[in-house]
Amino acid sequence: MSSTTAEGAMVASAPAPRKRRMLPSQRHNLTGWVFLIPAALLILITSFWPMFEALLLSMQTGKGTNLNWAEPLWYNYARLFQDTTFKLTLGNTFVYLIIQVPIMLVLALVLANLLNNPNLRWKGLWRTAIFLPCAVSLVSYSLVFRTMFATDGFVNDMLMGMNLIGEPINWLGQTGTARFVLILGLVWRWTGYNMVFYLAALQNIDHSSIEAARVDGANSWRTFWYVTVPQLKPMILLTAIMSTNGTLQLFDESFNLTRGGPAYTTMTMSHYLYELSFQKNPNIGYGSALSYVILILVAVLALVQMKVGDKRD
Amino acid sequence: MTRYKWRQVPGYVFLTVFSIFSVFPLYFMAVSATNTSQDVLGSRMIPGGNLVQNFTDLLGAADLWSAMLNSALIAVGTTVLALLVSSIAGYGFEIYHSKGKDRLMAVLLLAMMIPFAATMIPLFRLFANIGLLNSTWAVIIPAIATPFLILLFRQASRNFPHEMLEAARLDGLNEVAIFFRIYMPTMRSTYAAAAVITFMAAWNNFLWPKVILLKTEYQTMPMLISNLSAGYVTNYGVLMLAVLLASLPTMVIFLILQRSFAAGMTGAIK
Repeated sequence: MSSTTAEGAMVASAPAPRKRRMLPSQRHNLTGWVFLIPAALLILITSFWPMFEALLLSMQTGKGTNLNWAEPLWYNYARLFQDTTFKLTLGNTFVYLIIQVPIMLVLALVLANLLNNPNLRWKGLWRTAIFLPCAVSLVSYSLVFRTMFATDGFVNDMLMGMNLIGEPINWLGQTGTARFVLILGLVWRWTGYNMVFYLAALQNIDHSSIEAARVDGANSWRTFWYVTVPQLKPMILLTAIMSTNGTLQLFDESFNLTRGGPAYTTMTMSHYLYELSFQKNPNIGYGSALSYVILILVAVLALVQMKVGDKRD
Repeated sequence: MTRYKWRQVPGYVFLTVFSIFSVFPLYFMAVSATNTSQDVLGSRMIPGGNLVQNFTDLLGAADLWSAMLNSALIAVGTTVLALLVSSIAGYGFEIYHSKGKDRLMAVLLLAMMIPFAATMIPLFRLFANIGLLNSTWAVIIPAIATPFLILLFRQASRNFPHEMLEAARLDGLNEVAIFFRIYMPTMRSTYAAAAVITFMAAWNNFLWPKVILLKTEYQTMPMLISNLSAGYVTNYGVLMLAVLLASLPTMVIFLILQRSFAAGMTGAIK
């Protein structure tokens, strides 16, 4: 109730809301609040409050429900930066971020540009095929890739059949190849997803600017780079932020495709968080500190990308 | 004209290669579901005759029906409740627009940037404290109100004709009735788009159900296939059949409602 009275006071000084003439404005305004309060309360209880509680937990130590304030309060954070496994998972996550996200976004841009050509044939077919990986869950595709890249599995069979390799590669047993398979899986699953965002944005851009560039003699590559891409900039920024956010939270692939191995060298931060908080000897204070590092990284990288995106105007 | 056609060849080649790359793992999954484990490893790329045996073995190895039922309950329950609660909120934000509501919306949008990792531990404690550990509700409740869906409905409501509202009010309909009897039927395509993305996300969710559903009898399909592959000896034919069954509902929805899915993904940002 307190929120409605506060709002009542706010409305009195605020400019008249739209369509005031249809109903007494206060009653109209109150109806709107009643409609959105359930959702707002749920978001408060399941997102904002837990986020605040995680901050408090990250400054506590102890087992199970027997928690005490840490001495000093930043003890868990200090411990985290001494933790070689944490540093490894942080590094792994950034390897995925720096290699996979640019490759995927460039591929998605090129594919969207090809599909946007009005003269292209079988458009629906290409679009469906490339978008199709989005229909399966992350766990499902992780297990399909795990099966295909088994040491005695399909990929080694093919490569040996074509005489490209002499003996089977232990794809998931070595750091470099295991990371490669994970990155390949991410590119497979998410390129079509990002392509759909670019296709939606391409529908809204001015097609005459592209025609004008063509008439002026620019080849299709220059047209793409100097005319299409700049107009897609807001969408590129959005997909970059979404992909960064998703990469920092990778869990299903690390857990199911590589199982974090060999020796933690493909494990992501969220996977390590799960291990710390819910497996072996759960340490929720320490886990919460790690979860806050993820939160801070998501926020900082989103801000950096927005700044960089703004500057290139 | 011929020169123009030749210039298109690299584009077609690239699209062909990428399409094969995109579809092949799914073909591999479907074909392997019908083959024995040895045939899967032996790279048999044509359908075999082991489908029934794989299915029998799968039923022996895991409780498939209960996982299917759990996943269906969670996905349908989440979709119905999320559409109801989030759409009425999006409607409230746009149609009853005010400064205070705009400010609240800006705050709620910040929740989109909160990584799930940062809320997972307190959420687990919250649901454990209120006795909802191992409960379907614990999986559904955090997915009911999402800033994304609210934004989707708020943006879509901009195109809702205000004349219809005024006409309904003149007819004496109250505000709640207007939402259910005028707004909902008019916004069918937005509801379809929201339903597709919500159902698919709920069906495919893995981390949170894994955290909160601790007993095997409550496991969902993604949890079932994950556990199936974690054994010491993996029967790849059985595993691929289970993965196929876990993916079938969302693949069917995708193939029928691909446009709604794309509209749902991109609708909130327009």
